[in-house]
Amino acid sequence: MNDLPRGNMNRLNQRIVLAKVGLDGHDRGIKVVARALRDAGFEVIYPGLWLSPASVVRVVAEEDADWLGISILSGAHLVLVPQVLELLRQQGLHHVRVVVGGTIPEEDVAPLLACGVAKVFGPGSALADIVHYFQGERKHEQNPSSA
Amino acid sequence: MSSTVTISARQAYEEELRRSPNRLEAPTTASGREVAPLYTPEDLPDFDYERELGYPGQYPYTRGVHASMYRGRLWTMRQFAGFGTARQTNQRFHFLLAKGQTGLSTAFDLPTLMGLDSDDPRARGEVGRLGVAIDTLDDIHDLYANIDLHQVSVSMTINAPAIVILAFFLAHARERGFDWKRLRGTIQNDILKEFHAQNEFVFPPEPSVRLVVDVIEFCTQHVPQWNTVSISGYHIREAGATAIQELAFTLADGFHYVEKSLERGLKIDDFAPRLSFFFNAHNDIFEEVAKYRAARVLWARAMRERYGAQNPNSWKLRFHAQTAGCTLQAQQPEVNLIRVAYQALAAVLGGCQSLHTNSLDETLSLPTERAATLALRTQQVLAYETGVTNTVDPLGGSYYVEALTRQMQREAEEYFHRIEEMGGVLAGIENGFFRREIAEAAYAYQRDVEARRKVIVGVNAFVEQAQTPIEILRLDPTIETQQIERLRKIKAERDQETVRRHLSAIRRAAARGDNLLPVLIEAATARVSVGEAMQALADVFGRYERPPTW
Repeated sequence: MNDLPRGNMNRLNQRIVLAKVGLDGHDRGIKVVARALRDAGFEVIYPGLWLSPASVVRVVAEEDADWLGISILSGAHLVLVPQVLELLRQQGLHHVRVVVGGTIPEEDVAPLLACGVAKVFGPGSALADIVHYFQGERKHEQNPSSA
Repeated sequence: MSSTVTISARQAYEEELRRSPNRLEAPTTASGREVAPLYTPEDLPDFDYERELGYPGQYPYTRGVHASMYRGRLWTMRQFAGFGTARQTNQRFHFLLAKGQTGLSTAFDLPTLMGLDSDDPRARGEVGRLGVAIDTLDDIHDLYANIDLHQVSVSMTINAPAIVILAFFLAHARERGFDWKRLRGTIQNDILKEFHAQNEFVFPPEPSVRLVVDVIEFCTQHVPQWNTVSISGYHIREAGATAIQELAFTLADGFHYVEKSLERGLKIDDFAPRLSFFFNAHNDIFEEVAKYRAARVLWARAMRERYGAQNPNSWKLRFHAQTAGCTLQAQQPEVNLIRVAYQALAAVLGGCQSLHTNSLDETLSLPTERAATLALRTQQVLAYETGVTNTVDPLGGSYYVEALTRQMQREAEEYFHRIEEMGGVLAGIENGFFRREIAEAAYAYQRDVEARRKVIVGVNAFVEQAQTPIEILRLDPTIETQQIERLRKIKAERDQETVRRHLSAIRRAAARGDNLLPVLIEAATARVSVGEAMQALADVFGRYERPPTW
């Protein structure tokens, strides 16, 4: 299977926490993304369902994550995501970048970016695009001049 | 003897086929099943019409559960609806009935589905969002206000707190003077698929199933026309399962409920006629039709041969279908109308008893009134304009569909065997079998999409850069505070001592193993809330937590 980007031999140290926040149980997407990122060489932590904003932030801190990917398909993203970002800031976890995926209407993308989300992947996003995004960001970090 | 070689028509065809172009290397169904270029009688060795198909309305019901099917009565057009407060949802119900819908289907919000009150901190941001918020009996009074429950059948999609919500509903019916014996409807009440796929469970598997059986037992006696469980494959499929997994896991769940009800001392023919099913209507028309037909045969045989049912109504698998939400796309959303129409066709060719067609905007929000109307119109066109209702099981006898129907039965039996070997459905839940199988299938499918082995119009092919945004439903942001206010007021005004007494009664009945419906119905009348009743049950049963499987 060579249809998806795979990890190379360079150890990727990037740690990604993927989380379902709130009561939404739709976990098909997040589990598929978790596997794709793992197959691409990232360290993926998926702590499971029904995390409150506070417990997500606790996991991020404990796991020393570089990234937090939040999946919400319940429509509660404009309520829950800003809470998570606020708690991250309060905990001094400014370096953790937050990506949001799920059923996010186009017009909600701008408010999410405005409150500090790095990237939004809405319905129909290709797995390859998600993996490339994380890989691109990592490369950019290792070699900032080659933007 | 002539020296010329005469070749059969079959050989000639095969040679011709080899020379013919092949657009795809190995065409597969939506579930990844390989499909032959042609099906003939050779694909149906020892085919016995009487034994395998028989007549509609007759065992084993391959061709349908009624003799005249849609010539006699169309399927029930039952659109799932619910959002905001009970009053708002009641308005949508009246709107849908006015448009010609023939049954109601209630969607609850996430806090209600998880058994939490609207004022619970965990409910923040979710109140009234994906469905209607229900906290107390007063909400149920509003929800079904001015609906004649002797005439309109009501379905309620709820599982972990199903017994609590049903208690509220029965308390409502009693207060409004409706006779329980004349109530028709369905409560989903299928907790097993929550553990496999949908993830709205609260208690551990064993006490969860006991609550399901409490509902079966109580309704068998007191609400005889009520469908006590809607054994659901829909969510299993949405979570990424294949058609065969949907079929096999759903029926295995059904067998588990049957066995637990028998252990309770119920007689098979007293409760089995009121078990109903709920399947997905996915993209692959013939595979879906074969799935429904195989489901009917498998259920009929098991009920008759394994569980000894004598009443033909116990043998009949009746099902609701919903078009596949997971196939809807945010890109070029109008195209969803076309997907939904084909999926609805599959459900009807497969002999469904009721049908929900999704709205084109559902990848982004709950449906607008316009989108909900179009979804209903899709069913009406199918019913009244296409002619598919004129004859029973029009695909019966198709070599392809019959071969698939057989194959799916065989493969489902293999799954039943595997599940039995591992110690049954509960063992499969505990060891992660179902979730692993589904996650594997979901990932395999996604890789096929990525590699364009599976084409999705507008997503990985025929993409349009410019997207015309569609109108989406925006919810009133004050709903949550309105609902919390209302609940606080009710909680403050009720008799606290009575509430405490009812909560103790619930805990006592839960611990003793008594049927919980009688105490829950009385608790509902005293304005015990959903969250309080569920907490009382959790005090006895505990809450279920498990590590994620992916």
